[in-house]
Amino acid sequence: MADWKDEVEEIVFDGKICVPYSWTVGSTLSKWYGMMRDNAEIWANRCPSCEMVFVPPRKKCIYCYKDMNDWVKLAGTGVLETYTVVQHPEPGVYPKEPPFVYGIVKMDGADTGLVHFIEGVEPDKVKSGMRVEAVMSKEREGNFMDIECFRPIE
Amino acid sequence: MGNRVGIIGVGQTHHAAKRLDASGVELISEAVTRSLDDAEMTLDQIDAIVIGNMDHFENINYVDMWATDGLGACMKPVFKVSTGGTTGTTLGACGYYHAGCGLFDTVMMVGWEKNSESDTQAAIATCANPVLERDAFAGAIGPLASEYSMYMKAYGATQEDAAIVAVRDRNNALNNQYAHNQMKVTVEDVMNSPMLSFPIKFLDICPRSDGACAVIFASEEKAKALCPRPAWVHASVVRHDYTHFGDLEWKGMPTLERASKEAYKIAGIADPLKEFDVAELYIPASTCGVKWMDSLWFCDKGGAPELVRKGTLEIDGQLPVNPSGGVIATNPIGATGLIRVGEAAWQIMGRAGDHQVPDVEKALVTGFGGCSWSDVIILGAELP
Ligand SMILES: [Zn+2]
Repeated sequence: MADWKDEVEEIVFDGKICVPYSWTVGSTLSKWYGMMRDNAEIWANRCPSCEMVFVPPRKKCIYCYKDMNDWVKLAGTGVLETYTVVQHPEPGVYPKEPPFVYGIVKMDGADTGLVHFIEGVEPDKVKSGMRVEAVMSKEREGNFMDIECFRPIE
Repeated sequence: MGNRVGIIGVGQTHHAAKRLDASGVELISEAVTRSLDDAEMTLDQIDAIVIGNMDHFENINYVDMWATDGLGACMKPVFKVSTGGTTGTTLGACGYYHAGCGLFDTVMMVGWEKNSESDTQAAIATCANPVLERDAFAGAIGPLASEYSMYMKAYGATQEDAAIVAVRDRNNALNNQYAHNQMKVTVEDVMNSPMLSFPIKFLDICPRSDGACAVIFASEEKAKALCPRPAWVHASVVRHDYTHFGDLEWKGMPTLERASKEAYKIAGIADPLKEFDVAELYIPASTCGVKWMDSLWFCDKGGAPELVRKGTLEIDGQLPVNPSGGVIATNPIGATGLIRVGEAAWQIMGRAGDHQVPDVEKALVTGFGGCSWSDVIILGAELP
């Protein structure tokens, strides 16, 4: 019996679909991004029922399904809860050249974590539990990179 | 045979070409909140949730994950369905299956789309087989245009017949506060609108909308306890036949013929035109509002143009079709079929507002998707 591969001529088509998209930020995040862009401030919102404070803010509490119209300004500091050091390049996927660090920051006054880049420190010096602060971008456009990164507090 | 299931609450967003005030998640929460209000229920009383939208339409997959907050699905059983244009009526079927199998008492079905976020035609092209038909596939309009060309030639239907359907649906939408397109049009307006793909013109075809819809289904006992007049599911039938676009029988609509025949049999319908009091039909182009009436057994083959011309399917005719304005007025694709289910349920519950048809006891719903799938759902005021 012939090898099974011999019976098939391998013909493979290359394809690439380029579809443009534009995403609506919505009523809640437009406030958040507006306050970052215009005032360089990071805000959160609080559930009127369970009092959890969410950053990034959202319209509904995920636990109570209550509208969260109660906004609180955060100091911009927090604790790095966990992190990873990205070592391998992934062009078109990663926004930075490796090695770089991203982690989850539990901001002071908030009950949820914020994912962001950790900079201003050698990757091998990053530790879970270290105190960090947000660095706001000089040029802010109302998007996630209005926070440039989090860096250790000296 | 499953258990009896009733629809007890319906909510939908105000639909528009672009809802730039709200994200997709916020649209979902708008519909969810309104359906709970309609049913006078709280989220705690919902046992399971199914969500549906089109793959590729917002370039975000796993909506069942990232929309959890808007959906109110935290710590509930939830999953996603996606079956093309029929996504919404598949959600209707899912609601029936979930509550009818006895595993859940109250389930919420949520369909949504934010069409403004993508190039819908490019995204739709990804449904075609990539090594055979994708290059030649001409989006959603081409196949519908081709099938009506054949129908016109076979039975003497005209472009004006289709225009009558467009006028009916668009003008009905004027009485629906949620409808996307709100414009008074005449047959002349439709005939004079720009030709998109012969014989389909701009005012013949559905728009792309941002919007969401949520419908709550319940087991017999719960439905009786929670709702004064539930819309009972009498039948829910799905038929698919796609292999390749080129294989389809375009002169008729075999999946709709088979699905409706089976649904009529289950629900005991002998004369659909007489026995239904209202129909919310997935008519994506006015041409389908002519041709597919044959496939619903409303008349003999080729009889549809006569029905349309006589006004049988107008709001004051024998069988009012699409009092909501239908798909030609409002089309947030993953929600579109579920809006048909919700609108038909509202007609039975007497909650359709300014477009309420009097004394609705039985309602017919259809869904259309892919090329060319059909779902048929029959709702009734009496227990099945
Ligand atoms: Zn809460």
